[in-house]
Amino acid sequence: MKYVNEYRDGRLARSLAETITRIADPAKHYHFMEFCGGHTHAISRYGIEDLLPANVRMIHGPGCPVCVLPVGRIDAAIALAERPEVTLCTYGDLMRVPGSHGTSLLRAKAAGADIRMVYSTLDAIGIAEAEPERQVVFFAIGFETTTPPTALAIRLAAQKKLSNFSVFCNHVLTPSAIQNILESPDVRSLGTVRIDGFIGPAHVSTVIGTEPYNFFAEEFAKPVVVAGFEPLDVMQAILMLIAQVNDGRHEVENQYVRAVTPGGNARAKAEVAEIFELRKSFEWRGLGMVPYSGLRLKEAYAAFDAERRFGIDYVPARDNPACECGAILRGVKKPVDCKLFGTVCTPETPMGSCMVSAEGACAAHWTYGRFRDHARRKAS
Amino acid sequence: MCLAIPAEVTELLPDGMARVSLDGVGKVVSVALVEDVAVGDYVVIHVGYALTKIDPEEARHTLALLAELAAAPAEGVP
Repeated sequence: MKYVNEYRDGRLARSLAETITRIADPAKHYHFMEFCGGHTHAISRYGIEDLLPANVRMIHGPGCPVCVLPVGRIDAAIALAERPEVTLCTYGDLMRVPGSHGTSLLRAKAAGADIRMVYSTLDAIGIAEAEPERQVVFFAIGFETTTPPTALAIRLAAQKKLSNFSVFCNHVLTPSAIQNILESPDVRSLGTVRIDGFIGPAHVSTVIGTEPYNFFAEEFAKPVVVAGFEPLDVMQAILMLIAQVNDGRHEVENQYVRAVTPGGNARAKAEVAEIFELRKSFEWRGLGMVPYSGLRLKEAYAAFDAERRFGIDYVPARDNPACECGAILRGVKKPVDCKLFGTVCTPETPMGSCMVSAEGACAAHWTYGRFRDHARRKAS
Repeated sequence: MCLAIPAEVTELLPDGMARVSLDGVGKVVSVALVEDVAVGDYVVIHVGYALTKIDPEEARHTLALLAELAAAPAEGVP
């Protein structure tokens, strides 16, 4: 596949790994957080950790939107779907995310709720047009990549004067989460992890560009390298981060220049600015309430806001007390540190959100990393 | 959720839509969020929308740089 396979060359990856080992100072330890689930997936799938020297450690951050959606929001979506007049449309990843008391959208669907998986927001608009007697609600989640498609759907619904379409908005912002990891008061209770630099998200950055990360580089003195999702992209980004640490620099650099510009996608950003505004605070799984980190529909588009239309009152709900998703999302614990991992919690029967999406830290480790753990145990 | 794929635009359709080819598999997606899309461009597709175009020149440059980095001695690293 063009623009994919070229960045998966194993021979080049091994040579890059040798270069990384050469430039990494043996007296230093390097801790880099990859923020985005796409990078977590690539690191696990292609065994990048095995190629890195022991003093370069990757920490999986909270960059999977499915993983950071709190239980209370899933419960609210299920309650919405259980209304007889409602058809709830959602992306497939959300179907198995656990709600309270062992519920999920998949179970609610099996019990008779009208829940439909869609590939695109345009599919949800199509359903609303085809079935005017139903109240079609799009359960919107995701970072800056999925927000412009939701904005466009709302504008389209307004143009078409669709009175039976609304959006349950759970869109969140990447920079707020990075800031929260670096300075939240929760760090005191959950503990913290040393971070020497960030691998910035790939596709989020196609929309927002590299400029929003300048703040972290300057304010927190942390290097940020925006990187693509293929294994060679990730390895080049690690090399660039090591070089910055070695030089005592903390700058924003762009490895993914083939798709990301400093300013991002102006048209997509304008769509989002037209439809959405900041919420004062929004709950994230694992990060708690994060100020100015979520979006809601502006007053002008209130008619399409499912929270207003159906009077949704958000009630926070507790995670399974044994689930370590919170600490894993912060990079404080690894999947194997959770006693549910691989016992009752597997991708087939996820107990926590990190096990649901293929990009979640636990699911990625279950699929690609657990055999490595076994081999290591055997070797030691 | 974040995984997106580069696809080649094979046909521009009305209402900001386009047909794209993913390694030979055809799909209709929205290109309304990206300016000046033309047939033959590669775009990054996510949840049915093109998010950005891939710059072929920068893509080639990255590959050349990777090859250089893989062969470079320590002091040659940027």
